[in-house]
Order: sequence, then C-alpha cells, then structure tokens
Amino acid sequence: MNAELIIALPEITLVVLACMVLIIEAFNNDPQHTLTYWTAQASLLITLVLVFINCPGEATIVFNGGFISDAMSSILKAFMCGISFIVFLYSYEYLKEHQSLKGEYFVLGLFAVLGMMIMASAASLLSVYLGLELLSLSLYAMVAMQRDSESASEAAMKYFILGALASGMLLYGISMIYGLTGHLQLAEIAQAVASDSINRSFLVFGMIFLIIGMAFKLGAAPFHMWVPDVYQGAPTCVTLFISTAPKLAAFAMGIRLLVDGLLPLVSDWQSILMVLAVLSMGVGNVIAIAQTNIKRMLAYSTIAHVGFLFLGFIAGTEAGFSGSMFYIISYALMSMGAFGMIILLGRNGFEAEMLDDFKGLSERSPWFAFVMLCIMFSMAGVPPFLGFWSKWFVLKEVVSSGYVSLAAIAVVFSIIGAYYYLRIVKLMYFDKAESMTAIKSSKQMRMVLSVNGMAILLLGLAPNALMALCIAALAG
Amino acid sequence: MITLPEVLSLAALIFCISVAGIFINRKNVLILLMCIELMLLSVNMNFIAFSHFLGDVHGQVFVFFILTVAAAEAAIGLAILIVLFRKKNSINVDDLRSMKG
Repeated sequence: MNAELIIALPEITLVVLACMVLIIEAFNNDPQHTLTYWTAQASLLITLVLVFINCPGEATIVFNGGFISDAMSSILKAFMCGISFIVFLYSYEYLKEHQSLKGEYFVLGLFAVLGMMIMASAASLLSVYLGLELLSLSLYAMVAMQRDSESASEAAMKYFILGALASGMLLYGISMIYGLTGHLQLAEIAQAVASDSINRSFLVFGMIFLIIGMAFKLGAAPFHMWVPDVYQGAPTCVTLFISTAPKLAAFAMGIRLLVDGLLPLVSDWQSILMVLAVLSMGVGNVIAIAQTNIKRMLAYSTIAHVGFLFLGFIAGTEAGFSGSMFYIISYALMSMGAFGMIILLGRNGFEAEMLDDFKGLSERSPWFAFVMLCIMFSMAGVPPFLGFWSKWFVLKEVVSSGYVSLAAIAVVFSIIGAYYYLRIVKLMYFDKAESMTAIKSSKQMRMVLSVNGMAILLLGLAPNALMALCIAALAG
Repeated sequence: MITLPEVLSLAALIFCISVAGIFINRKNVLILLMCIELMLLSVNMNFIAFSHFLGDVHGQVFVFFILTVAAAEAAIGLAILIVLFRKKNSINVDDLRSMKG
C-alpha cells in the first residue's frame, strides 16, 4: 500500500466506518438504534487502536504538504477518540432516557471526530479550514437535532450565524497570509515570515483575522456571545460533546496556526492573546456568578478556562504550549464529568439544568455528590485535584516568561471563579433536597461517571505522567 | 490594467459590507445568510487576485474548496432556518432572544 495512505490510515478508516454507520442507520428500523450505537463506538475504538499503531517516531508530512503526523497529533487524536467514546456512552443514556434517540447523533458525531482529527493533523491552511468546517457543520446540525425544542433551534441558528462569521474571518486572514507569503503550507509560511522580506504590518493584519476566527471558535471573550446560548439551548448530550473533544481540536488549531505557522510573529500575537486572555477570564468568571442555570454557568466557566488556556500560548515557550495542552486535556475531562452529572440527574421530561436541582444531592446519593465535588474542586483549581495542576503548570510558565502581573490577574480571577464552583458543593452538602427521587440510570453510566470523577482525583495525585506526555508531544 | 491593490480594495469593501450587514440587520435571518455568502465570495475574490498576481495555482484550488463548503453551509443554514420557522412562525432576528443572562 502507498506509504502516504498508511500515515493517514486512522482518518481513512474513520471516514469509511462513519459512512458505514450512516448506511446502517438508514436501513435499520430498530427504535433503540443499538446497532448504530455499537458500530459507532466500535469505529471510535478501531480508530483509537490505529492511532496507537500508527504513532510515528518523527514528524512526517504527506499529501503535498497538507497532512502532518507527529507526536502531538497522535496524542491529541487518541484523546479525541477516547473522550468521544465516553461522550457517546453518556449521550446514548441521555437520548434513551429522554426518548429522543436518533442515530444521526452518532453519525454526525463520527464526522465531527474526523474533522477534529484533520485539524490536529493539518499541515496547510487548506486542511485547517476543511477540518474546521467538517467539525463545525456537524456540530450545527447536532445542536438543531431536537426539532421540537424551540431553544435548541434558536441556539442552532445563533451558533450557525456566528460560526459562519468566524469562518469568514478566518478565511479572510488565510487569504491575506497566502497572498503575502505565497504559500499555504504552514512550514513554508513560517520560513517566508522569518525571512523578513514581507511587510510585517500586513502580515499582522492577516494574523489578527486568523486570531479572531480562532477566538470565535474557542469562545474567548469578546467573541463569546454564542457560547452561553448554545450551551443552554442545545440538548445536554450535544452540549457535552461540544464542550469536550472540539476544545482539543481548537487547541490543535491554535498550535498549528500560531506556533507552526506564525512563530516568527510571536511578539505580535502574544499581546493580542493577552487582551483576549484577561477579558475571557474576567467575563467568564464574573458573569458565571450571576447564573442560575448550570449549563449556562458552565458555559461561562468554559470562557474563563479558555482565557487560562491562552496563558500557555502567551508564555511563548515549548513548556508553555505543553502546559496549555495539559490544561485543555484536563478541562475536557472535567467538563465531561460535569455534563455527565447533569445527564445522570435528568429523567424523562426533566433536565437537571438548574443549580437548585443539585440541592441536597449528598442525601440522595452520597457517592455521586462526592464525584461532583471532585469535579467542582478540580474546576476551581483546589489541590490536589487535576485542575490545580493544570493551572499550576500554565501559571509557572507565564511567570518564568516574565509576565508576573498577568499571572497575578489570572490568580485573582480564578479565586473569584472558585465562588461559583464551591456554591454547587454547598448546595449539595448543606441544603435540603427539594425532592428525594432516586437517581435512575444504568450501571454502565454510573460506573463510567465514577471512573471519570476518580480519574480527575487520581491524575491530580500523579500529574507527572500526563505532563510528560504533553511535553513529549510538543518537543522538537 | 487592473492592479492587485484595486482588487483587494474591492474585496475588502465587500467584506466590510457583509460584516456590517450581519451586525446592523435586525430584521430577517435570511439576510444574515446572504451576508455570510457575500463574505465568502469576497474572500474568494481575494484568493483569485492573489493567485493571479503571484502566478500560483494553489489559491484557485482553495476557492473551489470554499465554494463547496459554502454550498454545504448554506444547506445546513437553510435547514436550521426551516426548523426555526416551524417553531416560531417568524424569522425575525429580534425574536431570537428567548435565552438571556
């Protein structure tokens, strides 16, 4: 077989399997969609195994410079597949419970994962764009999937308009960069930019559009308007999906564009990202306090976390980028747990999306109250949970790059942020439950959610292995 | 002879019109979709101009991809619009504010 095809084998396999799942879904009348679900899960597992087998020793660029396979892309792809696997498991539970089971969720989900994997492996601006669009278009459709819900269709429309606007901005930036450097491959762009023969202010002009497009997709303030509405309006299983694996892809896009492509302009993008980071942390943490809907609250918390993610980029060193990667992986794990809890507490016709639904959870289920406590402590950054280390690694790099005041601002905002995470812990342990309905869910959901929560605790007790992985990903 | 800056200015102008259209328009969601298409077309114009003046074919290839994606995007946008219209019986931008906070 052609050597180039082998490098891209995980993606090729996934696209074939996703099409197969689509056909199975089209010809299957099973109302439980069992076959669709299991083939979708199997596709993710097969892809995961292929990513492991295919893990390259060194970076290889194939397909006329469009596709790169290196340590970072392999590690991120493995996490994307693994996280999506668990997300599908939670979602299947949710869709069954709420009697809105549709096989399209899994088909679109698989195509979204494919888009993410292409973004992680993008070596040219064209593949960045195509991966991003494949991901976004799948997500728009997933948000709108619950056709009888008014808020879902409204959220989908907002997401679509602002997402398309973001793509337009990104494309305009791409066209400027292409015009100035004459290349689409990121490595050649980096060479051209470094050669100093190009007018720097035009390059920065193009780069600003790239960053705006990226900030829109990540949901960084002041481009965060869609995040709260989409998180609140979309069905919880879709919110769960949006808030986990695509964040890894957005991180990968940031590394590919800013580090692989535009590293010579580091001093320019550092200052832009600094503004975005401070605004995101401020807006996210302060407005989250005023929320009564937990999905909306977690949306603002995402915005704040994106601010923290940028801190690693601002550090501008390899260690800083590894810190960001550690941050985004741990954020995906925490977010998965938090939305998993909302799904666990929901029943048919009832979404546990208000903060008050968490009142007295410790009486209803001491174990899951503890799991939620782990997740919330971790998001707030309390040691020894995973979230503490992610903040620690990022802040350490920012300080060692000399941005002490920025680190101080970040710490102040995360202390403000701790309030609304700890409020949930207070509601769970010190308030009376409004209803004592037993938590009804399958054994596998309970087990996986427990493992999810414990992973946050255990990885927090031993963060070095994950950190070593992130450092290896970005070395060289 | 048309020069590169002229084409770029025209593309930038169209781009600005489309962004302004998205933010100023408070009436109709369809117009938002048109603005998005306009935006992608202005980018296409940029790519073609660069491609022509650089003598490099990659820009034109990119345009084909943008056109394809734009078609898929329009299809999904219109589908969402129909779902929305069925629920709300209106495609007024001002009606899209049931969520607040």
